[in-house]
Amino acid sequence: MRRVAVTGLGVISALGQNTNDFWSALRAGRSGIARINGLDTARLRFHNGAEVADYDPSRHFAGEQADLLDRFAQFAVIAAREALADAGVVFTPELRERTAIVTGACVGGQSSEDAGFVELYQRNRERVHPLTIPRSMANANASHISMEFGITGPAYTVSTACSSANHAIGQAFHMVRNGQAELAITGGSEAPFSLGILKAWEALRVISQDTCRPFSKNRSGMVLGEGGAMLVLEPWEAAQARGARVYAEIAGFGMSSDAGHITKPSVAGPVQAMRQALRDGGIAPEQIGYINAHGTGTSANDVTETGAIREVFQKHADRLAVSSTKSMHGHALGAAGALEAIATVLALLHGLLPPTANYTEPDPECNLDVLPNSARAVQVQGALSNSFAFGGLNAVLAFRATQT
Amino acid sequence: MPDQVTEKVLAVIAEIKRLPKDSVSLDSSFQALGIDSLDGMNILFELENEFDINIPDEQARSIQSVREMVEGVKKLLASTPASTPSAE
Repeated sequence: MRRVAVTGLGVISALGQNTNDFWSALRAGRSGIARINGLDTARLRFHNGAEVADYDPSRHFAGEQADLLDRFAQFAVIAAREALADAGVVFTPELRERTAIVTGACVGGQSSEDAGFVELYQRNRERVHPLTIPRSMANANASHISMEFGITGPAYTVSTACSSANHAIGQAFHMVRNGQAELAITGGSEAPFSLGILKAWEALRVISQDTCRPFSKNRSGMVLGEGGAMLVLEPWEAAQARGARVYAEIAGFGMSSDAGHITKPSVAGPVQAMRQALRDGGIAPEQIGYINAHGTGTSANDVTETGAIREVFQKHADRLAVSSTKSMHGHALGAAGALEAIATVLALLHGLLPPTANYTEPDPECNLDVLPNSARAVQVQGALSNSFAFGGLNAVLAFRATQT
Repeated sequence: MPDQVTEKVLAVIAEIKRLPKDSVSLDSSFQALGIDSLDGMNILFELENEFDINIPDEQARSIQSVREMVEGVKKLLASTPASTPSAE
């Protein structure tokens, strides 16, 4: 089995349109949550979200191309461009065949579908846009990355709600580790700010009217976000041989299913996934110094996640730091795990742990070291990034710093 | 004899949980009726439609029993000016 290096990063999110802006906001504890700007929220019970501000598709896509891509797929391509340029990958015909693309998406292009339904049901028109299907299919983010770069290797999309990107990255990691691919572009993208989608989230009564305050006693739910985040993975030896900058090692991946309730999280499922990620990476619990939590800011998640972390790490749970960067980039559903993987990798690279923003009140039921509001300079050896989805599907990634 | 609002709330709960009507009373706890968070949201959704009211999330979170649910609905009905009951 080969070691796998993370050699390229690309992000577009509420925290800016590139990796530098993303990291600057995270290290400063600056939240991108603001009043929703992209649509009229008069008919909604909530008005805040984490949107990509000042996004102009024409700056990224020529006229015709922009029409082909739903916003969620645009974000994927933009992030992939940055990640590949960052990694300095030079494609040969052989490498194009041996490169895998594995992406996550939860709602995918449902905004395009929603627009079609407005034509049909509200305006009583007889036809919807002919590109509704190619724009809305969840795998469009993977397809457009492959077309953009002429990558002909295995490409597919994983849709496991809020765990989508972690499942995708985990799959890509195993493919590179096992020799099924020599390079992988992996992550997720999402753009859920469409009235029909927001109404469905509203009905679930998990969205905060305020902001996202993970682990804070006065937390009042999640805040939806959007964006795209991609990582370039390659075999450690190959990365060293070509003199690539290695951000971190992706070392382990664990998955599990709660087999319990369709929306209520469990403790046992996340415990099993975290243990599996550690085992898969050959990492002792004591080597983990930081966990980028799923940390949605709902009453249910933050308590069960705290319980799960305590069960896995026992006494060591009080010696590791935990934060939820969703407090800053929002909950970008199928892109969430990818945004958080990048936050985790950068934390390992810079020796700086991003905080949990918007934290105002300790909760005895979430009594971990949750890095309230300020980043902490500490070089940790290993880190986990948790994603726990509706449907009880859990995916945990384990990373190792290069310096250790 | 329960009033009309109470009767409707009890009927909605019985329907959502597929329970015999007489097994749901004002004194039933959600736990005893097997109502979890998702059932709770389904019931609130039906009540909003039935009474044409808007139950805010914060109020919804504090409801833990049938009695609290009935009282909450009544309070909202009282504060909604001249709302017309939905057609049956």
